[in-house]
Amino acid sequence: MSPDIFKEGFRMEIIQYLGGALLIMGSLSLLIASIGLIRMPDVYNRVQTGTKASTLGAILSFLGIGLLSIENWSESNWIGRVIILIIFIIITNPVSSHILMRAAYVMKIPFTKDTKVDKLKEDIDNKVLEEPKDE
Amino acid sequence: MIKYLILIAVVILLMSLLGGLYRFFKGPSLVDKVVAFDSITVNSLVLIGVMALLTGRAIYFDVAIVYGLLSFLGVIVVARYIQGGL
Amino acid sequence: MKIKNLSVSFVIIMAAWLLLNWSFKAEIIVVGLVLSLLLSLLFCSKCQLFSEIKLTPKAFFYTLIYIFVFLIELIKANIDVTKRILSPTLPINPGVVKVETTLNSKMARLILANSITLTPGTFTIEIHENALYIHWIDVKYSDVNQATEILVRKFETYLKEIYD
Repeated sequence: MSPDIFKEGFRMEIIQYLGGALLIMGSLSLLIASIGLIRMPDVYNRVQTGTKASTLGAILSFLGIGLLSIENWSESNWIGRVIILIIFIIITNPVSSHILMRAAYVMKIPFTKDTKVDKLKEDIDNKVLEEPKDE
Repeated sequence: MIKYLILIAVVILLMSLLGGLYRFFKGPSLVDKVVAFDSITVNSLVLIGVMALLTGRAIYFDVAIVYGLLSFLGVIVVARYIQGGL
Repeated sequence: MKIKNLSVSFVIIMAAWLLLNWSFKAEIIVVGLVLSLLLSLLFCSKCQLFSEIKLTPKAFFYTLIYIFVFLIELIKANIDVTKRILSPTLPINPGVVKVETTLNSKMARLILANSITLTPGTFTIEIHENALYIHWIDVKYSDVNQATEILVRKFETYLKEIYD
């Protein structure tokens, strides 16, 4: 259990560099998601960039962490927990962001001025379907 | 060398955490704040993973799993509350 | 059909247990078998979710292809959204479009909607009968048929092979 994860071994070192590159790529993707969260003009586009660009970022970062921990794999269970976390993020992220977007639509938060079409509004006005509400 | 890679990643993650915090305090509507909270949570999950890596203890991943579950539940509850179903 | 639901949920819970424990000692496997049997009896004795899954080699093969196609789409869409965020003029062109799907089974529609949501730039807001209402960050076509061709077709061909 030493904090010394930087030992000898050439092949392991290459895998660790690969993991480090994946971790950096993932955290850059998370940074871009948060820049999008700051720059985007309305709440719908913020959900688009903020919560979903972060999905790929989190997946890449956890893959990188899994590869970086290769020296400790024999001691305890790293890779199984990493796989569980990745599957968990893939399953829950679209659900929570979808329900947020729907809540924003129910609250009638206005779209930005650049928005071109809103087919959902048109269909609600034409009585094709009723307004989305809580079931 | 690898240590520096991890440190660079930590710095980048902290910067993106700052972006989330900005939107969390500024955000005009409630949904903006919840989106920012979601983004902060994902960043914190990765930071907990890096923490587990630096200390060499896999048990911290369990903390990350439970934290992810609870934050998912929190987002769902707030969204239900906004829609009026709670 | 009930047996199928139970056994699929049993396999999923057992796989999660083995991944969390990551050891194949006898006691861990026995505890896992008992726990996953109890949990699947408790929570999935009435569910209909997994009854549409086909357990054939063809479906398995197409599932692998689907995951591959989905990962490529995810990376492509991420690069596209990254360019939009980082460019100084912020070239976004958002709108809500309507697309139509021909899939019939509920599970396939769930996976289609979640895949559309997971690729950045497109986002399912509402499903009503055959129509999906999608928030698109860069509206190229607002017509139903052309939008369906771009957004849905790439996933739908494989999902049709798996579930229909």
